Amino acid sequence: MFVMIGLMLTGVLLGYLLKKHKLSWIHKVITLLIWLLLFLLGVDVGGNQEIINGLHTLGLEAIVISVGAVLGSVVAAWVLWYRLYKKRKKEDIA
Amino acid sequence: MKGSLIIVSFFVIGILCGVYHLIPFDFTQSKLSYYALGALMFCVGLSVGNDSQTLKKVRLLNPGLVFLPIMTILGTLAGTALVSIFLSNRSLTDCLAVGSGFGYYSLSSIFITEYKGSELGTIALLSNIIREVITLLFAPLLVKYFGNLAPISAGGATTMDTTLPIIARYSGQGFVIVSIFHGFIVDFSVPFLVILFCSI
Repeated sequence: MFVMIGLMLTGVLLGYLLKKHKLSWIHKVITLLIWLLLFLLGVDVGGNQEIINGLHTLGLEAIVISVGAVLGSVVAAWVLWYRLYKKRKKEDIA
Repeated sequence: MKGSLIIVSFFVIGILCGVYHLIPFDFTQSKLSYYALGALMFCVGLSVGNDSQTLKKVRLLNPGLVFLPIMTILGTLAGTALVSIFLSNRSLTDCLAVGSGFGYYSLSSIFITEYKGSELGTIALLSNIIREVITLLFAPLLVKYFGNLAPISAGGATTMDTTLPIIARYSGQGFVIVSIFHGFIVDFSVPFLVILFCSI
């Protein structure tokens, strides 16, 4: 697992050192690799009978997790919003 | 949105190839996806290190907004932990790993597939796509009920690219830099958190 993070950090360092050269092609490579990997994930999923049969339950579980994640994050964002802006405005009025 | 559709179609084409055994040799036994993932991580690092603009713009921010990515991460993890109660056949760490994708479905699903298998990987893919879609569709409502920072938090790691236009539209142009900064930090935290929750 640390190999992956190590590879990313090496990339960050190398990208920083090569700052003078705009590596604009890198986004295309990233997109291609993402397409390849999601295709491979698809092949893996499609070849697995148990997952195919349970796809609707997996979808439902996915929705439950996303709703939890979004609600949790927007409540946290509201707390920061309130502290940074609303509270200050009220103090200004008073 | 067009980008997301292309990605989803690659996944769907892959499923069809898998279901009908259209690919002669067995990918799952090969280490192809592992090497491709390594190459992807390296390229993501390169693009971050090479982009000096993002790092420069950070200095222009309202200092309090530095905490927004932290709020997003903590809020997401708390929300996911809470709903994991309703998902009896998934462990807390599985749910947290999926939640730690923060909408970055490509990277998080690939990672989770590698470490936890393709079933949880599929949940991660779907869940994080849904998160992006929720942000795109409900941004105006989120601003109304939870303030201007809400769509940025909801967007998670996607706020520097796919959901940026909608945030600019509904939170206001003044939040674009915050949004990019937020996306940058949350994006960067994805591999660390996903790997952490996959390994405990």
